[in-house]
Amino acid sequence: MTMKTVFKKTSGLTEKPTHYCPGCTHGVIHRLVGEVLEEMDILEDTIGVASVGCSVLSYEYFNCDMTQAAHGRAPAVATGVKRVLPDRFVFTYQGDGDLASIGISEVIHAAARGENITVIFVNNAIYGMTGGQMAPTTLVGQKTATTPFGRDIHIQGSPIKVCEMMATLDGAAYIERVSTHDVPHIQKAKKAIRRAFETQKEGKGFSMVEVLSTCPTNWGLDPSESLEWVKENMIPIYPLGVYKNKVGGK
Amino acid sequence: MGKVLMKGNEVIAEAAVHAGCKYFFGYPITPQSELVAYMARRLPEVGGLFLQAESEIAAINMVCGAASTGVRVMTSSSSPGFSLKQEGISYLVGSELPAVICNIVRGGPGLGNIQPAQSDYFQVTKGGGHGDYNIPVLAPASLQEIVELIQDAFDIADRYRTPVIIMGDGMLGQMMEPVEFGEYSEPIGQTKDWATTGTRGDGAPKIISSLELDAESLEKRNEQLQEKFALIKEQEVRYETYEIADAEYILVAFGTVARITMNAIQKARKHGVKVGLIRPISLWPFPDKPFIETRNKVNGYLAVEMSAGQMIEDVRLAVNGCAPVGFFGRTGGVVPSQEEIYEKIMSFAGGLPV
Repeated sequence: MTMKTVFKKTSGLTEKPTHYCPGCTHGVIHRLVGEVLEEMDILEDTIGVASVGCSVLSYEYFNCDMTQAAHGRAPAVATGVKRVLPDRFVFTYQGDGDLASIGISEVIHAAARGENITVIFVNNAIYGMTGGQMAPTTLVGQKTATTPFGRDIHIQGSPIKVCEMMATLDGAAYIERVSTHDVPHIQKAKKAIRRAFETQKEGKGFSMVEVLSTCPTNWGLDPSESLEWVKENMIPIYPLGVYKNKVGGK
Repeated sequence: MGKVLMKGNEVIAEAAVHAGCKYFFGYPITPQSELVAYMARRLPEVGGLFLQAESEIAAINMVCGAASTGVRVMTSSSSPGFSLKQEGISYLVGSELPAVICNIVRGGPGLGNIQPAQSDYFQVTKGGGHGDYNIPVLAPASLQEIVELIQDAFDIADRYRTPVIIMGDGMLGQMMEPVEFGEYSEPIGQTKDWATTGTRGDGAPKIISSLELDAESLEKRNEQLQEKFALIKEQEVRYETYEIADAEYILVAFGTVARITMNAIQKARKHGVKVGLIRPISLWPFPDKPFIETRNKVNGYLAVEMSAGQMIEDVRLAVNGCAPVGFFGRTGGVVPSQEEIYEKIMSFAGGLPV
């Protein structure tokens, strides 16, 4: 009987153990990105840009050259890298506070310019690192450290739907929202990340995958309740699917 | 190449191209907009890239990205826009990335105006952003000197892995003078083995980061930075003196103001007052040496600035109480005239308060 390897750790990630909380899906999303880079055989040609927030240390986990950007500025840093090295793959890995709040300008203009980079946008509807404050993507009624009575549209306004907004920009070539709340959706998320990097490979312009994620610690739920919360509460507000596809194919 | 008549802002741009800078990320702001427009025209001719960013914040972060790949890169702005770059500049220092940043200073605070000023002296010489740091700052006084100092700025940036600031004022940016450029220079031969360009052919992944979560590790990193700053203080001081051998009084001024003071000095000398000039060219590191050499001989120093008095603090530190230090400044974009500087020299030399 011959042994067959059915699963192994991707070479796209380093040996460093991650610092993420139990039940947080950052680890899964890291693995998906690492696997895509490995499978496309582009790890050696990739420069990643880490952001500020829970994933600030992602530069220690991705097994490729990494640069750490100021809060929200990763798409601008990635622009600088890509414009000097147009034949390399450049991606940013950003959370919802980093991308949708302080960095909304940088990501919009990167997309408008059609920067040939890939943005991995992790949306868990809250600021994790700083202790569970309201994010631009926090749901209406959701309680956080800075919306203790729940997000009120008359006081804090409504959630920003980033994919829908970015899809209106001509420079955006591939925009998809995916989720990580169960295995079939994780597999779909990986396909989306692969398509985003293929978009970059084909030189079509800006690609972004928004990945709905969990924050058990700051949501005050256990890991399995958190996955359920994504499905029941986030997906109705943030519908999954492809919002822009200039590349074609499925 | 013979002498050509050019505007200061354009000289900065062309000097950068001559120094091997092929990447520029900028945002329009008066009075440095000609610099951005010149780069937009010029860089494609040398196989480089100009990109107009959506903000000064984005521009400095694009500089961070380009610098992390090891190329020579530049951005420029004027006071309000320069303030916006401070976060990115602090990251450049923390990540030890070389870049050249130009500040063509205008009147402030706030939106101020678009007239020449030197009121960003504190901001450029004392750090400016968050954290313990200093950045080499070079202040040219003529368009020909811009050519030399831009080359120096890129060399210093690469040598020490640090951002370098060129500080001019709106007058320097707008004036026209004949200048001569030297040969095109390729970046001096340091291998930038720290650059993040992909790992193909060069081993394990590299990381460019300013984050150190552990306090003792960050302290160690700060100590290394301080050692570098100490080395820069030792190696990169630049200044010029004028008529100080027999001087009883010494004016201290930089940039275009220094040029105006020279005419006032000549006039004062005709009237029997022995006065000279120390012109700091590197504002940081500040040139202490000419003060140490003269402070026990002269009757006093007079700092002349286009600000309410900022460089004067460094003059006082260098003089260290050995002689009186007077001040004359104009603010709000008003350029001090030769006549009023002359009058201040005469009152100062006559023992009158200035």
